[in-house]
Amino acid sequence: MATSAPRHPAAPRTTDDGTGGDSSDAEARSAAFQAAFDAAVAADERIEPRDWMPDAYRATLVRQIAQHAHSEIIGMQPEANWITRAPSLRRKAILMAKVQDEAGHGLYLYSAAETLGVGRDELLDKLHSGRQKYSSIFNYPTLTWADVGAIGWLVDGAAITNQVPLCRCSYGPYARAMVRVCKEESFHQRQGYELLLALSRGTEAQHAMAQDAVDRWWWPSLMMFGPPDTESAHSAQSMAWKIKRHSNDELRQRFVDICVPQAESLGLTLPDPELRWNEERGHHDFGAIDWTEFQEVLKGRGPCNEQRITQRRRAHDEGAWVREAAAAHAAKHSSPAATREGRAA
Amino acid sequence: MSETPAQNRDTGADSTDWPLWEVFVRSRRGLSHTHAGSLHAPDAELALRNARDVYTRRGEGVSLWVVPSAAITASSPDEKDPFFEPAADKPYRHPTFYEIPEGVKHL
Repeated sequence: MATSAPRHPAAPRTTDDGTGGDSSDAEARSAAFQAAFDAAVAADERIEPRDWMPDAYRATLVRQIAQHAHSEIIGMQPEANWITRAPSLRRKAILMAKVQDEAGHGLYLYSAAETLGVGRDELLDKLHSGRQKYSSIFNYPTLTWADVGAIGWLVDGAAITNQVPLCRCSYGPYARAMVRVCKEESFHQRQGYELLLALSRGTEAQHAMAQDAVDRWWWPSLMMFGPPDTESAHSAQSMAWKIKRHSNDELRQRFVDICVPQAESLGLTLPDPELRWNEERGHHDFGAIDWTEFQEVLKGRGPCNEQRITQRRRAHDEGAWVREAAAAHAAKHSSPAATREGRAA
Repeated sequence: MSETPAQNRDTGADSTDWPLWEVFVRSRRGLSHTHAGSLHAPDAELALRNARDVYTRRGEGVSLWVVPSAAITASSPDEKDPFFEPAADKPYRHPTFYEIPEGVKHL
């Protein structure tokens, strides 16, 4: 874009809203927009891309959707690590389909972020330069084949717990992307569970491998819900905007309650000696989470932070020739005759 | 995911300069194409292939349309009220506007 034309024709500009009115007019206009936005959120209506929205709402969504999109594509790495070593053709085909889904989820989410006026390349640049984050869970290594199962069951399970309420998020494009993602995630979780079940019921060594994977992935999965409510920087505002529907701790508790019986059916244990049913609360009590570890990984000092970003940059750079070739091919074949061919039918 | 007409977006913001396409999927014969989302592609042919991979991995479609987002003209949310108002004050366009005596059938 050569000009810096406003991306949102409906949105008033803080400096110059293009109406030529004086500042009190602009203020009244702005207040009216804010009132309409608040009313829509209060009525559980969806905010759509061309609606006026507060700058902070837009910025929060860009940050959250971008981080979500980045997580999907970085999340391809730990699992892709095992594609060539999958124990059977069946497992290999499943794993490839899953990793391909993650790429697709990334694309849905990047598209949703783009409706807010950010460019795809801008988002990728920010990922590559570390200015935008991805979920810290993907900075843990996948040491054995059982990790593929633990990721499907626990990591995708935690993701689903987070994402189901996001299907009702106040921002329309994000909510619609989540509906699509949730439909597909269910396969991810079930294949992981089935994989772990096969190992758990296998030889002693296979069972031990499954248990070891669950032991390593359990706590990082609980950290996926983010810091405790008392320390969550963005929670209160996001809840008020109905971007978030439940607090971090509420969703974490829901996840723990879901997992306990599932672990029993697997014949595996969860690595928390304090985990027990609390009749009074109607929930499971669980041990304290090591938030120092979470902060360390978040700050880039996790086991694989460096490796993930290096691999991501390399994949992007090494794919440059494909993008260039496709653009060259398109330019060569974009004769007027070609574009006149009727395609709608 | 957009449902966002191009005039709203910096569609040329990418250094790759791949235009944005809106994807419409016919889920089965007898139904119309429905907007599914959007994607970037250098040309229509690749847009179709990408749309197949992104939006129909599980047999969600029997036909795809891809439309350059720039070709879509949309009504403005600003004009929402005056633009759609003519429909609001014409309840007589709905069958429930009319009172029919009880017992009259097939009406």
